[in-house]
Amino acid sequence: MEFFVKFPYFVPVTNMDEQIRHILEILENDARASPEEIASLTDMSAQEVSQTIAKLEDTGVIRHYKTIVDWDLVGENYVYAVIELKVTLERNQGYQAIAERIYKFPEVRSVRLLSGNYDISLTVRGKSMKDVAFFVAEKIATLDQVQSTSTHFVLKTYKEDGVILHEPESIKRLPVSF
Amino acid sequence: MRPQCDPSKFVANTVKNIPPSGIRRFFDLVSGLEDIVSLGVGEPDFITPWHIREMCIHSLEKGQTSYTSNYGLPELRDELTRTYYRRYGLDYDPSSEILITTGVSEALDIAVRTVVNPGDEVIIVQPSYVAYVPSVVLAGGKPVIVSTHRDDEFSLTAEALKPAITDKTKAIILNFPNNPTGAIMTQEDLEDIADLVVDNDLFVISDEVYECLTYEGKHVPFSSLDGMKERTVMLNGFSKAYAMTGLRLGFAMGSPEIIHSMMMIHQYSMLCAPITAQIGAIEALRNGKEEMERMVREYDRRRHFIVRGFNRIGLECGNPKGAFYAFPYMGNTGLSSSEFAERLLDEKKVVTIPGDVFGEAGEGFLRCAYAASIDDIKKALDRMGDFVDGLKQ
Repeated sequence: MEFFVKFPYFVPVTNMDEQIRHILEILENDARASPEEIASLTDMSAQEVSQTIAKLEDTGVIRHYKTIVDWDLVGENYVYAVIELKVTLERNQGYQAIAERIYKFPEVRSVRLLSGNYDISLTVRGKSMKDVAFFVAEKIATLDQVQSTSTHFVLKTYKEDGVILHEPESIKRLPVSF
Repeated sequence: MRPQCDPSKFVANTVKNIPPSGIRRFFDLVSGLEDIVSLGVGEPDFITPWHIREMCIHSLEKGQTSYTSNYGLPELRDELTRTYYRRYGLDYDPSSEILITTGVSEALDIAVRTVVNPGDEVIIVQPSYVAYVPSVVLAGGKPVIVSTHRDDEFSLTAEALKPAITDKTKAIILNFPNNPTGAIMTQEDLEDIADLVVDNDLFVISDEVYECLTYEGKHVPFSSLDGMKERTVMLNGFSKAYAMTGLRLGFAMGSPEIIHSMMMIHQYSMLCAPITAQIGAIEALRNGKEEMERMVREYDRRRHFIVRGFNRIGLECGNPKGAFYAFPYMGNTGLSSSEFAERLLDEKKVVTIPGDVFGEAGEGFLRCAYAASIDDIKKALDRMGDFVDGLKQ
């Protein structure tokens, strides 16, 4: 595909090929869509779709496929917390180094560098509030670069990665109209 | 006691003269059934984008519930002027060349009433939306039908149009992208029509409500052709592009003379379009492009899916380039469109619209809207495949 000739490596793309946009939109909405299914929705053959997806994976445009799970429904009551960190930068060490130290903990679900009153925001998952509190106190607050932490426990998640959990009833339309 | 009477004698002849619609019976059939899959809708299955709904809610909270100018909110007309300049380089004066209406339906009605004198002939290109013939009849005009054909991908040719023009012809109603065929017109084809329009001194009512739903090629507004702005009133609306059907908002763009005359009817019949919908429409034009394009891409994928599906199950289906309808051919099954649609509904619980509802030229076809989820389209195609197989045995 011409797209990959123009952009052989991962680069921010502004003028995206229309077919690639279709593939990415379909997969972003349903990671399990098969090449055959995607082909039936586009101008491409299943083989072309497979090849294009492979290239999108190779170049890092597609990073990962994941499933959004509502763990509450199977009785696994995970506790989530958003933690704000203020950090001090050390000589020769940028934010990247701190982020790397932090994101290696499996308890940490996301790490973001922010503008504003604090520097880094984490999402942490644990089995209990105590779990999370100890993790923050022992593993995060004790890091040399961390000046202060502020922990906010999540009470309810309404929307996750663009997916509304507990969708309201759908709207009824007339079955026939012109 | 005073004597009873038959109230139907009070109904005016013009209303009695509206050709009967065969679809009534079909409606009744549908309403009694459960577990139906419908490809019979003429509206998006998306909900109006939240930013538009939110703006409507906010305006209600602020108490914006008054009348607007008869022409519509000035901000909305300004946005329309900007939008059409940006899209096509069209130049409509917001103060005199734009009228905001209660849906395209109202715009159509008043456009026809504005130009048609009793006895005038109005050419209607069929298959097309069901309101054109009644609008002309109600205005006292005479509908003259020109048919489009599968071989031309249902686009209108000058050769087909020419013989229908008489010295009584006043106007033509065009509808591209077309409901029900999904046909669009290229600039080249439209130029030929424009030549005939000038040669015969005609007016054009161009219903372009599916403008934004053009998947291949580019939409060409009829009024953008050389010399056509004064001869055209463009009718358009927010229902299809922004999924705002129930909000009822449309608009007309044309010369000050035509728009002012349309406003003369509008001010006494509708006064103004609902203000809440107008505020939503401003938001749609200012910030709705991305959401609209996302919906269009989704329709485009369903279009590929349904067209392949029909051809796979043995219903030949051309490639609709606009709107959200596929128009598969079923004339070789030995059934009429209505028989096919009724039996399909009865036996497989799939709703489609028989093509002849949109004029005789639609006989032998079905209108199948793909403004439905892929799951529903898949289910409908499976059931229709079974039905078609059953017919062969």
